[in-house]
Formats: sequence, structure tokens, C-alpha cells
Amino acid sequence: MIEYQNIFTQVQVQGAPEMGMDNENRMMEERIGKPSYSKLIGWMGNAQLGPIYLGYYGVISLATGLIWFNIVGMNMLSQVDWSIPEFLRQLFWLALEPPSPEYGLKMPPLNDGGWYIIASFFLLVSVMSWWLRVYSLAEQHKMGKHIAWAFASAIWLFLVLGLFRPVLMGSWSEAVPYGIFPHLDWTTAFSIRYGNLYYNPFHCLSIVFLYGSALLFAMHGATILAVTRQGGDRELEQIVDRGTASERAALFWRWTMGFNATMEGIHRWAWWFAVLTPITGGIGILLTGTVVDNWFIWAQEHHFAPIYDGSFGYEAYQDNSGNGGS
Amino acid sequence: MLPKWFDQWNKDNPTNIFGPAIIFGVLGTVIFFVALLVVAGQPFATASTQTGPRGTGMSIPEFVSRIEAGDPTIDDYVTFDPLVPEGGEPLAKDIYENVQVLGDLTEDNFNRLMNAMTVWVSPDEGCAYCHGDVELEEYGNDDLYTKVVSRRMIEMTQYINEEWGDHVNANGEVGVNCSTCHRGQNVPSNIWFDNSPVTANTAGWSSNQNRASSTSSATSLPSDALQKLLVDGEQIVVHDLESRVAGSPADEGFRSIQDTERTYALMNYFANSLGVNCNFCHNSRAFYAPEEHTPQWGTASLGIFMVQEINNEFLIPLKDTYPEHRLGAKNGDAPKAACATCHKGYSKPYQGLNVIADWPELAGSEPPVYEE
Repeated sequence: MIEYQNIFTQVQVQGAPEMGMDNENRMMEERIGKPSYSKLIGWMGNAQLGPIYLGYYGVISLATGLIWFNIVGMNMLSQVDWSIPEFLRQLFWLALEPPSPEYGLKMPPLNDGGWYIIASFFLLVSVMSWWLRVYSLAEQHKMGKHIAWAFASAIWLFLVLGLFRPVLMGSWSEAVPYGIFPHLDWTTAFSIRYGNLYYNPFHCLSIVFLYGSALLFAMHGATILAVTRQGGDRELEQIVDRGTASERAALFWRWTMGFNATMEGIHRWAWWFAVLTPITGGIGILLTGTVVDNWFIWAQEHHFAPIYDGSFGYEAYQDNSGNGGS
Repeated sequence: MLPKWFDQWNKDNPTNIFGPAIIFGVLGTVIFFVALLVVAGQPFATASTQTGPRGTGMSIPEFVSRIEAGDPTIDDYVTFDPLVPEGGEPLAKDIYENVQVLGDLTEDNFNRLMNAMTVWVSPDEGCAYCHGDVELEEYGNDDLYTKVVSRRMIEMTQYINEEWGDHVNANGEVGVNCSTCHRGQNVPSNIWFDNSPVTANTAGWSSNQNRASSTSSATSLPSDALQKLLVDGEQIVVHDLESRVAGSPADEGFRSIQDTERTYALMNYFANSLGVNCNFCHNSRAFYAPEEHTPQWGTASLGIFMVQEINNEFLIPLKDTYPEHRLGAKNGDAPKAACATCHKGYSKPYQGLNVIADWPELAGSEPPVYEE
């Protein structure tokens, strides 16, 4: 039998476009765009492109998101005195910074964080209405709201960083700058200022769930691909008429480590690991500077990090001056 | 082009050669490069220097090529043995006019030092760089700014050797002379100017960062770290030493994320200037913890105070002496020094070469004492 073999998906079918359901809620009218096929996107997913349902929330989200994007971009351009070459050259360095600390929660001048506050407001509207779009689309499709709640966990971290924590700290200056390198500077400085974030137990948990998510994703992806030849990738059929693929995959793990997930359970594992990453991370950020100001000292006080007696013996390395020990 | 029978045979025996060709091509390339690595060795080999006890992770990795090359300017270093006076020689102040700082030197040693200074600072221009293209009799004139500045720089060199021995001689006698900074150039490398604001149309913390500049070591960290911390003397430390300390960034004196980025910019400058990493002075687990600092931290801290002092006492007051083209392009400020001005990328300038041994004239402001 001839099989289509390509990068990720097994079969690339092109024919009359699939237009989707049109049973209620005027769903068909609100879908826009003439569907087309792309071989390229077919290598990575479904070859059909469009139609798309934007809805009010989608339009609001795109419009406000675009406003945020333009405010950030125009501020960066203004910072290099409207020079396009310099803008391109410094693009990864430039940023729209939050206000200086002394303004607290007051509205600062536009050129010292005022634009940041305005841009952030639009970003907030944009992200929130995208969440509403995800929620309402799931509702229209009579789906569970798992995607919306998973997205909400990421929004929790976003709100902690940009809204909840700055308010608790009493200054917008604590928010994260909009810039490629500058937001990384913020991250490093945040950890250093508060005595090493690695000793924040919620940061630890977040790392566990992040790495755990990657591990689970790898295990699940590998398992399903491994049973593709038995039809394991056709999950619909596996649910209706569970054939040998699912059983084989389950038995593989049972015999490998004594325990196996189920076809449903593995997705709950993955969902919770993914969702708990930003939830725990957000808690860790929220506590930093508000409840704990030096995590290493906190960790020593709570017997989470060992307390050393101070006799490190560095003086033995007095003349070890680097540069090849010269 | 090819014989007919060959084409015919290929036509009759169709074979997929692309699959095997790709496999063998990739395999062959991998084997080639692995073999090359094994035979020729790792091209970017590193070696590391341990800076603390086992288990603390304290080490400084460096490229072997850099270690082996060493500081290239060491070979160009020129020095002259002191001419020990036998007593009764005339002194410079008695022979020459307007000798304000080196008057207690014998004539021979005075000229020996003048000669060395030309090699260290103005090898191409010679004496005329400071004295002008005039007769010897007129060398006492202070017509040129270069002469006025160099007199002050001699005083600075003497001051550093006299007062800051704990920094410059922390691990054995090294000292400083003109060459430590100048290395054969009229203007030392790695001097710096105040370049704030680095962004246009901004104010506050938006205006001093997020631009690759010479004073931010090409990072997006604040560009005013040297100005604020090594001239203005603002606080470098950012940590709280208790697990909970009340306060808000809106309060005066609260150490903000922005302050932390500025300190980080200074520390990054430090590391680049000395060719080391954080672990040279700190245990990066707890940057603030004094009991985890290495002895080098103490030396470096003295260096901070030293740089603040030489900037404020010696270099900045010379602003009005310089012609315009020697001043900062943006703010018209005097050129200033910091770690890299002397260190040039090495933890000890000239990698620990003793540059003061031959120059008791520069070791202090008192009349020199020569040892035979």
C-alpha cells in the first residue's frame, strides 16, 4: 500500500475545503476568508488555510494588540531619533520602559513611562478579549473550557508581573519592560535584587512543572508516534474502537516502569503540568518583594538551604588571580 | 557525453541513489569532522582557574589561546634602571626652570624619567608633545595643555603608589607608572565619558539604558553606571540583609530593580575589564554575603574607592585645561578612568609585571630613595 510520508503528518489531503458546522449561532456567516490549500503548512498540520472566525472579541483583541505593538515600536523609533537604520541596529536593545520608581502608582510623564502605562492598558484589553474569544468559541462548539483555563493560567502570571505585584509594591516601575534584551535584564536583576530566586520554593515548583511538561510531552509524543503503524495517531478511532495501538502503548509503559497513564489520563497529566508552571511561578513572583526580600536568607531561616559556618577557606586562593593563574 | 551502453544500462536498471547518497554523505561528513576534532584537537580549548574550595563551583574558565598569548603589551614595555646618586649631584629644580613636582631628582634621573615618559606616552611626537617645538631653554614654559596635564598625572601616579598600595600592591609589588594606562599612546585606551542620555525623547530611567554603548559594554543595561557609581559615589549595594524588609520603590532610598540593573552594569564592566567572571570575587549563590566573598573582593572594593578618588581629585578638575577635542563628544566632560583603563582585560595590569621597581621617583611625592 502506498503511504504519503512527510515531515509530521502522515497524509496530506487536498480537495473541497471543509467549511465546518453551520447549525446555530450564525456560525457560518461569521467565518471569514476564502479557504485555500498550502502544501507547506500541510507538512506541519492541516493543509487547509481558513476560514477563520474572529468575532467581536477577536477584532477587539487584534485592534488593541496592534495599538500596543505600535506604541512600543514608535517609542523605540523615537528613542533613536526616528532613524530607521539605527532602529534596526538597536532593535534588540531598545525598549519601552516602565516609569521611574519615584512616580509610584501615579501617572508619570509620557516620556518617562507614561506611554508604558497607556500601552499596557491596551495590552491588557487585548489579552483579556483574546481569552474571552477562546472561551466563547469553545462554548459555541460545545467543548469543555480547558483551553481557556489553561490560557488563564498564563494570564495569571502576566497579571502578576504587570499588575498585581506592581500595585502591591506601590510602584509601576516594578513592571517588566517591553524589549528583547531589556526584559532579560529585568529578569536577572529581579533575581539578584531579591537574593537569588533559585531559593524561592515556588520558583522551584515552577521549574519542576516546566521541565516535567517537556518530559511528559516528549513521552506522550514519542509513544503515539511509536504506535502510528497500528493506527495510534487516529485518536477518534482509538476511542470508538480501541484497537491494538493504545493497548500496546499502555502496556509498553506498564512493563517499562510498572505504571501507565490512560488515553484520557495522559492528557490530564500534561494539562496540569503545563497549567501549574505559570500558576506556581506567578505565586513565586507575587511573594517576591512583598513578603520575602531575600530568598537565600529566607531559605536558610526555613532550613530549605543549609547555613554554612563561614569557614570557606577562600583565603587559600588569595593569589589565584585568573588569567591562567599568573 | 557518456558512452551509450552506460546510459542504456542505467535506463534498464533504475536505482534510487539519492537515499544512500544522503545517508553516506551525512555519515561521511560527520566522520570527517569527528576525525578532525580527534586529530587536531578542540580549536577553542579552555582552561579554568579555581577561585574557591572544592564543591563551591568557584572557577574562572578562559580560552587557552588567550592564556598562552598573554598580554601583548608586556613585550613593548620599556624601563630604564635608576641611576643611583653618589651625593652632591645637582638637582633638577636647581638646573631647570619651573620644575614643580620632580625637582628633587638628580639631573640624570630627571632626564631618565623624561625619556621614559616619551616612550610610554608620546613615542612618535617625542619631547615636543608636551614641551612644544621650541629651544631647550624654553622647556620650562607651560604653554601646552599636554604639559600641564602630564604634571598632574605624575602627581596622580605618585599618589596612587603612595596612598593606594593596598590596591595596586595587593598581591606583591606591582605599582603603577605612566605606561600602566598609556602603553605608548597619547591618550590611554579604555577611558570613558559621560554619554547620558543614550536615548532620545526620554526622561528618567528610560533615558539611560537600552542602547548598546561603550559605557554599557554593549549591553542594554544602564549606560550611566560608571558616572553614578564611580564618580558621583552613589550606593552600589542593592540587597536586603534580612528575609523581609518593608518599603516601596516609590520611597526614597529603596533599592529598585533599576538600581540593581545599574549595579549589574558596573559588575559586568568589572568582569570585562579584568577578564574574569563573577566568581573571581563573589560566590554567585549569594552575591551580597561578605563571608562568601573571596579575598579579591576586598582588593576590588578598594579599587572602587581609588577610582572615585582619582576621577574626582585628579581627572575631572582638568576639564578646563583640555582643548575641546579631548572632551566628551556628548556632554563636554573630562576623560575619566575606571578599571579597564589600567587593567586592559587582565586581573593584574601587565599581568603582574612590577612597573614601579625601577621608578622610586614615581613611588611617592617625597624625594626618591634609591636602593642599590
